[in-house]
Amino acid sequence: MSSNSLEIVGAPGLKRRAKILVAKIGLDGHDRGAKVIARALKEYGFEVVYIGIRQTPEMIAKAAVQEDVDIIGISIHSGAHMVLIPELLDHLKRLNAEDIKVIVGGIIPWEDAQKLKSIGVSEVFTPDTPIEVIVEKINELLAGKNVEQK
Amino acid sequence: MSKNNIDTLLYRALNGDIRAISKLLTIIEFPADHDIETISSIMRNLMNRGGKAHIIGVTGSPGVGKSTLISKLISLFRDRNERIAVLSIDPSSPFTLGSFMGNRIRMQSHSLDPNVFIRSTATRGVTGGLSPSSVLLIEAFDGLGFDKIIIESVGVGQTDVDIINVSHTVINVLMPGAGDEIQAMKAGVMEIGDIYVVNKSDKPEADLVYRQLTEIIRSSKYKSKYGWVPKVVKVSSIMGHGISELGDIIDEHRKFLIDRGSFSDIIIHRRVYSVELILKYIIEEKIRKDLKKDGSDILDKVVSGNIDPYTASLTIYNKLAKTC
Repeated sequence: MSSNSLEIVGAPGLKRRAKILVAKIGLDGHDRGAKVIARALKEYGFEVVYIGIRQTPEMIAKAAVQEDVDIIGISIHSGAHMVLIPELLDHLKRLNAEDIKVIVGGIIPWEDAQKLKSIGVSEVFTPDTPIEVIVEKINELLAGKNVEQK
Repeated sequence: MSKNNIDTLLYRALNGDIRAISKLLTIIEFPADHDIETISSIMRNLMNRGGKAHIIGVTGSPGVGKSTLISKLISLFRDRNERIAVLSIDPSSPFTLGSFMGNRIRMQSHSLDPNVFIRSTATRGVTGGLSPSSVLLIEAFDGLGFDKIIIESVGVGQTDVDIINVSHTVINVLMPGAGDEIQAMKAGVMEIGDIYVVNKSDKPEADLVYRQLTEIIRSSKYKSKYGWVPKVVKVSSIMGHGISELGDIIDEHRKFLIDRGSFSDIIIHRRVYSVELILKYIIEEKIRKDLKKDGSDILDKVVSGNIDPYTASLTIYNKLAKTC
């Protein structure tokens, strides 16, 4: 047997799964939505790192970089999204990690969602979004990466 | 990856750039995405620098408080200005291979500290506690100059003892109310600790568990591999009790290993083990593929009861050995 490929090592016969960090940003304890989404993503076959509530933009950016995630999923219901999300994008830039995609879910007015998208947020989901739609969007964001598609 | 890019990445990582460290770890974790020369030159560079870190394996059942305990240990080691890496392993789903990794949540208070690097990884279908890639991630952390590498094993069952093959110091975390002395007398995971932590010592019956463990170790003929008599310590991670005592015992164990020359023996063992582990998966994969291709007639006979599994396996083995 001769082989130059290490395809099976670490993940026998498997392709890399996309890794997604899920966090609640700022002073916002309403974590049920974030937990539901994180668990659903696990069930779709993604690798989810869940870091929970009361995370500052800097904490989230640094955790995302250490974990080398493909996507950061932010849940926010506090109304502070127009302050905290730009800060998160800023920290990612400072860490040379603008290529990590940011998606946001929560109670976000339509106008704000457009503004967030214009400064670099990849997707904004409102509370009525079915999980299938979120997964579809995530797959679109992963296009071109060498990861298993769900 | 070009030699230039590899050198730049290594240079940045060795100077503490967390993005570069993280990218290096991903390359090592998923070698299939790169050519073997890239992996090889990175690993050789790091392995030549390694061999200094004190590797602490933390094991125990799900929910005993491994992550919270590790967070407290990080604070303790940081007070002495040591650089800490944590590799935290959580299970993958046997159905979707997805994973919900929730260990980091207990350690987020260290997330702004540039001298603490925490990485989560999933088991991805590997049992026994350690995947080949996690062993190589430990090797990488060592080469990157971390003083202490803490491995949080996946919440284990009774036979998940792989962690002894890579750790200098194994901490087995237990808690009151999870089984009587009969559990503590069993073989397997109850034999591998250098240090037994009775966590959640603020709960009732912690003293009872402590006494039972102490008695079992005292009356045991078995000493850990290098002649160290295992120690038991009561800790309450939440209250902060017993952490400094645990830190002292960890230091004592490290010194014990260094004094006997066992510290470097464990590194030698770890490196040999990593090759055994990788080979095992290469061969397993070969079996999986070839069994379907060449073994189906023999398998049919096993199913119908015309060949026994022993004979069938030997026949297939001999066939495979020829093609290797």
